[in-house]
Amino acid sequence: MTPKDNRYAKSHEYVHVEGGIATVGITDYAQTELGDVVFVELPQVGSQVEANEEFGNIESVKAASELFAPVSGEVVEVNDELASRPELVNSDPFGDGWMMKVKLSNAEELDALMSAEEYEEYVEKEAGE
Amino acid sequence: MSHAPSNEPLQRTPLFEVCQEAGGRMIDFGGWELPVQFTGILEEHAAVRERAGLFDVSHMGEILVRGAQAEAFLQKCTCNDVSKLTDGRIHYTGLLYPTGGFVDDILIYRNSATDYFVVVNAANTPKDFAWFLEQSKGYDVEVVNASADYAQMALQGPLAETILQPLTSVKLAEIKYYRFAKGDVCGVPAIVSRTGYTGEDGFEIYVAPAEAPAIYRKILADGKPLGCVPIGLGARDTLRLESKMALYGNDIDKDHTPIEADLDWIVRLDKGEFNGSDVLKEQKADGVSRKLIGFEMVDRGIARHEYPVVEGGTEVGVVTSGTHSPTLKKAIGLAYLPLRMCDVGTEFMILVRGKETKARVVPTPFYKRAK
Repeated sequence: MTPKDNRYAKSHEYVHVEGGIATVGITDYAQTELGDVVFVELPQVGSQVEANEEFGNIESVKAASELFAPVSGEVVEVNDELASRPELVNSDPFGDGWMMKVKLSNAEELDALMSAEEYEEYVEKEAGE
Repeated sequence: MSHAPSNEPLQRTPLFEVCQEAGGRMIDFGGWELPVQFTGILEEHAAVRERAGLFDVSHMGEILVRGAQAEAFLQKCTCNDVSKLTDGRIHYTGLLYPTGGFVDDILIYRNSATDYFVVVNAANTPKDFAWFLEQSKGYDVEVVNASADYAQMALQGPLAETILQPLTSVKLAEIKYYRFAKGDVCGVPAIVSRTGYTGEDGFEIYVAPAEAPAIYRKILADGKPLGCVPIGLGARDTLRLESKMALYGNDIDKDHTPIEADLDWIVRLDKGEFNGSDVLKEQKADGVSRKLIGFEMVDRGIARHEYPVVEGGTEVGVVTSGTHSPTLKKAIGLAYLPLRMCDVGTEFMILVRGKETKARVVPTPFYKRAK
């Protein structure tokens, strides 16, 4: 299940763009690999994130991982719900488990990301290794 | 856990296929291909605490120590008092170097005064066996690595006895904690011990490898209506850590003694000399400079294995294990700290991904089951 209207990063984040605002989260594949998520550390609203740089951290029971921003821009909203219900990342990664909304500063960055099809191929290859 | 070089093929237990069939997600664990989880760590953890769970622990090693001087030999190699064991009893102990550091932490099952069954950590099996062999020179003992002859399953949780009793000739109610009996499980000869690595009641079952898959399937099928599920390594780690059971390679190793590891209860200095006893005697008399303590996080975040403990910018200790405790719903862990910081309630800082994060020393175990 890889929604077609998103763009995907090699580090397994997705962006969903609507009217210049990118909603960012991690993919279904990523949440499955992580297992039960217990803690998500997100940036402050108003801060700037840079493409391919760390914007936060995610902890599952078994491991910690960095979160990388797929695009650059100002953080206009974060999903506060995750503080009390981090499991939303597991149950609904593309929906209620979203992480932050970024006001795109450079829409061309989206071109560097993968389509759903490309991402599925990429994951298949990675899982096969 | 020390990992085997990646060019070595992964070993599989006799339960590999059956675990995969049950939905296990397989990973490389110290050179063994084992399930890290089935449905999810939190769910599996809760199943063991509340009902029952079945583990494949066939990767564990089994070493036989037999002969006229078996007891004297084990007394020399380990820190607990082997002479206190009687037939059918088990104890937890340290296999020690003369430095007092751990070769491994092991279980010793006594069949008789001249016949012991020793259970060792998977990745340590070759090392332990070699160590036993070397140490056995001059003793009238035979040391046999019988690991390939045994598959091991653990059935853990408050319903373990209810689920296992109909399947075995062994009268489980008569097996007290840390004792074992031989009998049949699903019609197959087995060793059944009331032991485990979860802090719950439960059993460990040793059978011939070829027989293990059918027994694993049968226990799961019969246990299913009672909520018994297969458990992976992920939940095995959270369960053992809540109960403050040490993990070799994380919490204990050749550089730490049982006294530093807060395992004084397995050190019997009154039994006479043994490997490391002079070092342990000194530590007991003069005290140690560092100790393994339990902590919980005060600030948000989870401290993991090898995260440094810092004070004024310098490293003063180290986290050996850390996780999110599914039962307590907070971040917990174990760390070696300087003795002056070991009192319960002491707050200290752990470097969590470069950020100083506050933690507090707490009493252990973190979780203790109601009896």
